[in-house]
Amino acid sequence: MIRLLLLLCVLATPVWAVEPSEMLDDPVLEARARTLSEGLRCPICRNESIDESHAALSKELRIILRERLVAGDTDAQAVDYMVQRYGEYILLNPQVNGVNWLLWGAGPLMLLAAIAIGATAIRKRGAGTQETLSDDEQARLKEILRD
Amino acid sequence: MLFRPELRYTFHMLNELAHFALILALGVALIQMILPMIGAATGRRSWMAIAEPAATTQVILVSFSFGVLMWAFIQSDFSLAIVYNNSHTAKPLLYKISGVWGNHEGSMLLWVYILTIFGASAAWFGGGLPEKLRARVLSVQASISVAFYLFILLTSNPFARLAVPPLNGLDLNPLLQDPGLAFHPPFLYLGYVGLSMSFSFAVAALIEGRVDAAWARWVRPWTLAAWMFLTVGIALGSWWAYYELGWGGFWFWDPVENASFMPWLIAAALLHSAIVVEKREALKSWTVLLAILAFGFSLLGTFIVRSGVLTSVHAFANDPERGVFILIILGVFTGGALTLYAARAGALEAKGIFGAVSRESGLVLNNILLAVSAFVVFIGTIWPLVAELTFGRTLSVGPPFFDAAFTPFMVALALVLPLGSMLSWKRGTLGKVWARLWPFAILALAIGSLAYAMQSGRSALGPIGAALGAWTVMGALVDLWQRAGRGDIKGRLGRLARLPGADWGKAAAHIGLGITVFGVAGITAWQQEDIRVANLNERFEVGSYSFELKDVSQIEGPNYLTTMGEVLVTKGTRDVATLYPEKRFYPVAQMPTTEAAIRNGILRDIYVVIGDAQADGGYTMRVYIKPFANWIWGGAMLMALGGFLSLTDRRLRMAAGAAKPKMKAVKV
Repeated sequence: MIRLLLLLCVLATPVWAVEPSEMLDDPVLEARARTLSEGLRCPICRNESIDESHAALSKELRIILRERLVAGDTDAQAVDYMVQRYGEYILLNPQVNGVNWLLWGAGPLMLLAAIAIGATAIRKRGAGTQETLSDDEQARLKEILRD
Repeated sequence: MLFRPELRYTFHMLNELAHFALILALGVALIQMILPMIGAATGRRSWMAIAEPAATTQVILVSFSFGVLMWAFIQSDFSLAIVYNNSHTAKPLLYKISGVWGNHEGSMLLWVYILTIFGASAAWFGGGLPEKLRARVLSVQASISVAFYLFILLTSNPFARLAVPPLNGLDLNPLLQDPGLAFHPPFLYLGYVGLSMSFSFAVAALIEGRVDAAWARWVRPWTLAAWMFLTVGIALGSWWAYYELGWGGFWFWDPVENASFMPWLIAAALLHSAIVVEKREALKSWTVLLAILAFGFSLLGTFIVRSGVLTSVHAFANDPERGVFILIILGVFTGGALTLYAARAGALEAKGIFGAVSRESGLVLNNILLAVSAFVVFIGTIWPLVAELTFGRTLSVGPPFFDAAFTPFMVALALVLPLGSMLSWKRGTLGKVWARLWPFAILALAIGSLAYAMQSGRSALGPIGAALGAWTVMGALVDLWQRAGRGDIKGRLGRLARLPGADWGKAAAHIGLGITVFGVAGITAWQQEDIRVANLNERFEVGSYSFELKDVSQIEGPNYLTTMGEVLVTKGTRDVATLYPEKRFYPVAQMPTTEAAIRNGILRDIYVVIGDAQADGGYTMRVYIKPFANWIWGGAMLMALGGFLSLTDRRLRMAAGAAKPKMKAVKV
């Protein structure tokens, strides 16, 4: 099944992502459309945005997105429009809500935990490091170690 | 003509013999797994001594097997199913050979082949290892071999036959018919599988309950080599994506890319923490844990790629049976090792003590940042699966997440790297380091500000990357210069030349990282793009360059048809280049590919892609100016070179060198 989908992605007739004929004349609107379509997933491809995808469906989505923007939608409205039809699966940038807090919070939490563990271990271990060598002794030691 | 008919029977024989050789290798690996381990526990030297010839025998058997498979591909022996499915007589020789690992079965055979070579290397060059440790390492290594022989023989037999050999094959996926991708998998596998050595050493050390400086000195070369190969493999894949996929992306945070990136990050952490074990006999249990995790992530990567459970562009094997098998292997080895770790890690006592401000602490911070960033990549990669299975939410985690959640760790890493890498061991002072570095911190800030002033003011990414890159590179240079000691320039240069390989390796790798950071920021922030319908002989401007489509012709390649454009690039009145972008069609696979034409430069790449013909006679064209693109892979190559230079260090070789007299003594 997935193999078939992949095949569809590659074989869908237009060999190309964004084509000149799709693009809007207004450069500001077009730039917005490009930025938004980079964050929307091609529903039948693997991990490709509709901006990069060659699939026919992606082409349609790119055109629909531009139609929404021309109709006066804000960025958020245009994206919502897509999410209502294709689900949150279409968002390459996962929403920050519900269980997704775990996803977004995992890195920072892990970092805090790691720093806390690391700092405690170092403090415990460093308790006995008061007497150290003077600079000259250090240099001599370096010479010895080099040999 | 494929081959002479009377030879056909010989080939059939060879294929069966190669299959049989794999079964024999499984038997040998079983013996190597069991006897030396018992021998080490009970002190039977003859049982331990079996490990070395067994490891060598495995290499001979799998070499034969692999050689026969390669021969079958070269000869287009379509009686083998995988040759029929992945090759074609018209395919160039290089891709017939790379076709061996361009498919599931063959790539698993390559995996296990590299595994046996690494294992045997430990037998051949590990003469300096204590007898028991060596026996245990080889036994653990053999247990991994056993698992993968079983996997190949039970689920993925590369020597499966077709009753009626077809006249010609189905050809290899045209995207894979490329020099960059021909060598991408072998390098990745060398990296993945190389980490199995670190794993085996870690498990053996846990069984012995002893980790010391000598252990770290034995583990480090294997980790360095594995990391170096992973670096090259990842860079090759990224470079391939850049020129082959047609829009010049170099990293997609695809699950399969992440699969190779996680072990890379952990291996980078491991080779740094092993330095602390080697020099200061501290961080022992942490280092052992990293060694287990590094190989665990390699196995996870194999699982992700081979099961296709996290769908992505690369996964071409989608057999659940295979996925479950690898999941079991992953569970047994990682789970088993972690259980052993939980039981025995307490026995690993740290000797070295160090202050809160010291090189050791710097390396701890390095480890924290690398390990947590690997964890972020891990969470992001498996989250769609977790969210769907446990919370019933079907969602995607794409590049925007990774850019936001991963990048800060790399920024922090680049910020602290020059400071940490110059602190003294045991107890250092930040003031001393800062006194040497502050002029360069200001210089880096100035470079960043300059970049900000010169750009049209879009994103802060470019300037930040420029400042960070410059800071990392200059920090590494200052460190190197300071190692040359005091005195006049001549004396310093002399001493610089005599510095050990490890010092040069460290400098090269850190400079490489800085350059890659700069390249990534540069291409992301300052790329220019133009999409249009180009008419023949009509000029258009992108950035400071003019482009003109002069001609389009249809040409026949060895196994494809191509539409080739001729594009003249000029700057002012000067001709810069004539580029020939292609759109190819591979009739056997019924697949089109784009071949971008790229004019490489140190400061920028000019990247031209040609598309479909339009009704009015024009052609769609995409043109990019990609600043500093080559710095990304140039930096990666420098990192790999750094690994290589460290490997040449006398102090790492000494472990092997000290071996020889001892080995003689044993033989007498």
